[in-house]
Amino acid sequence: MIAPKRVLTEEMVAQIEALAPRYPNRRALTLPAIHIVNAELRHVPLEAVAEIAAVLGLAPAEVQDTLTFYQFFHQEKPHGKVRAFVCRSVSCALRGGDQLLEHLCHKNGIEPYGTTADGELTIEPAECLGACDFAPCILANDDLLKNMTPETAAAALKQPRAKAT
Amino acid sequence: MQPFKPVLLEAVGVPDGNTLASYKSRGGYAPLEQTLAGRQPADVVEMVKSSGLRGRGGAGFSTGLKWTFLPKDHPGPIYLCVNADESEPGTFNNRILMEDDPHQVIEGIILSSFATRASTAYIYLRYEYPTAWHRLQAAIDEAYAAGYLGKNIRDSGFSLDIYLHRGAAAYICGEETGLIESLEGKRAWPRIKPPFPAIEGLFRKPTVVNNIETMACVAQIARRGVDWFKSIGVPADPGNPRDPGSYGPKLYCLSGHVEKPGCYEAPLGITARELIDHFGGGVWKGRRAKAVIPGGISMGLMTESELDTPLDFAGPGRVGCLGLGTAAVVVIDDQTSIVDFLHNSCRFFAHESCGQCTPCREGTSWSLRMLERIKAGKGRLKDLDLLAEIGNTMGMMPGSTICGLADGAAWPIKNAIKKFRGEFEDYIRSTNPSGWMVTDPVPALQIVGAH
Ligand SMILES: Cc1cc2nc3c(=O)[nH]c(=O)nc-3n(C[C@H](O)[C@H](O)[C@H](O)COP(=O)(O)O)c2cc1C
Ligand code: SF4
Ligand code: FES
Repeated sequence: MIAPKRVLTEEMVAQIEALAPRYPNRRALTLPAIHIVNAELRHVPLEAVAEIAAVLGLAPAEVQDTLTFYQFFHQEKPHGKVRAFVCRSVSCALRGGDQLLEHLCHKNGIEPYGTTADGELTIEPAECLGACDFAPCILANDDLLKNMTPETAAAALKQPRAKAT
Repeated sequence: MQPFKPVLLEAVGVPDGNTLASYKSRGGYAPLEQTLAGRQPADVVEMVKSSGLRGRGGAGFSTGLKWTFLPKDHPGPIYLCVNADESEPGTFNNRILMEDDPHQVIEGIILSSFATRASTAYIYLRYEYPTAWHRLQAAIDEAYAAGYLGKNIRDSGFSLDIYLHRGAAAYICGEETGLIESLEGKRAWPRIKPPFPAIEGLFRKPTVVNNIETMACVAQIARRGVDWFKSIGVPADPGNPRDPGSYGPKLYCLSGHVEKPGCYEAPLGITARELIDHFGGGVWKGRRAKAVIPGGISMGLMTESELDTPLDFAGPGRVGCLGLGTAAVVVIDDQTSIVDFLHNSCRFFAHESCGQCTPCREGTSWSLRMLERIKAGKGRLKDLDLLAEIGNTMGMMPGSTICGLADGAAWPIKNAIKKFRGEFEDYIRSTNPSGWMVTDPVPALQIVGAH
């Protein structure tokens, strides 16, 4: 029998363990661990959930329960190399946020939450990004794109950028 | 308006203002050194209590008083959770404090931990703030290296660790017990209170939850004194024993249809109109305001004629709003449809309800479906009564839910229908000329996702 391929690397487990002294129990490592895996894999597949649970001494269902609550982590397949959150909350909406989202999805041939066929870009609606002074705005990985128009946004999202962390 | 020199925002625009060296050059960390050298935790509690500081996270509860709810002589650990989830639409002042002056926040956290005898402080930071994350971590590292954090700080016998903990894009993690559950690694379902966190909070230990701006205020009170803080703002109303006053400077976030959106520091009690005209350069494009959100979307709406309301803790309530909230002022101009606004508000709350309480889960979801129906040209006048009924029945105030998210969802609905009913009626009549008076049940539109 071939041993099943592990999804979590030694480095990921080491990163999780490095955070352990911060908390009085291991369950509190759930969200940090999910983030560590997601930062590498751009999604958190079910196998990873089971492995995180094993590392933390939890039931896989406990980890999965927490993970799914946030609706933030992709599970089926990785999100794009650039994950663009387009704000749709009130201050951005007043300055064209909804139209921005629609335009960007249309231009890239995807639905909201979808990823382009080349795996480069995922576009997701977001609630207030806490940058209403720059409405409408987009968070693309770690970059805040300020005062966007459909044209400037389409161009800005084509630029290469650091991976989401 | 009296000229007012920013204090909380003094580092904004200062080159390298986020560094330890810059913060110290402005007088930072000296109050902490003095406190650790000669004062007792109870002195710091007393200082904050007598300053009249009220929490800046939304509820406006007295900070010093909250600290006194901790059990006396508890063996520990006691935890401080610093709430940096900042997700109330329109609000961004915590982001600016963390990015531009992280040491001010950290000094406030150290002083507050000393006062409450907490030995661990977690900063629960929303995922969407990567720059704040990096700046805060860099500042925490600097503070450790300078000996302001760690074991036996400045030989005082007091030890403190500060850890950053990252959220995952859910508004409910800002509710204090939702935050605690999330930090514990669970779904962020708010807890039924009591017990309050001061008695049983994080990891079932006594816990204080305070906002980032509250922490910055603590640092400034320690530096400039109680009298300075009390000289700013609106004194307690002597005719109302339940009004503790609104003291100190406040960070107002101004956005929407203004010429100059931004975060502005002003004494508590500035009016919405002063804020819009003096700081915001007026309503954009020379238009008039139709409505203004006084403190984040949960607080409801003020009309143009209510704009002279002072934005202190008591002001917005006098014109039927929920309160001052986060002091995030969003201007909606007279060309905007209030139907579109309410749809946006309902969509937010339907998406963010955690789903635990039926009135909130169903109320937010149905109000969104009704607004979608109205926007699709299938609205009926009866829908307005149904919406008002949802608004009146869900929330902690009517006593039907665990947390205040539902009140925040209800207030925009109630205010919009009450203050702009004519506009809704016109919209429904003109978009649904053959059906606006129908009262038969209608089939639902699509289901919305929820946390
Ligand atoms: C739905 C909901 C969301 C909240 N979000 C936040 C938030 O993002 N940041 C915050 O400081 N307080 C938030 N609060 C208020 C907190 O529950 C709590 O009152 C506050 O963090 C206490 O800090 P303070 O006393 O310093 O204001 C929220 C409350 C509710 C009901
Ligand atoms: S009021 Fe809404 S958000 Fe708050 S606990 Fe109940 S269902 Fe969750
Ligand atoms: S509403 Fe878009 S950043 Fe706040």
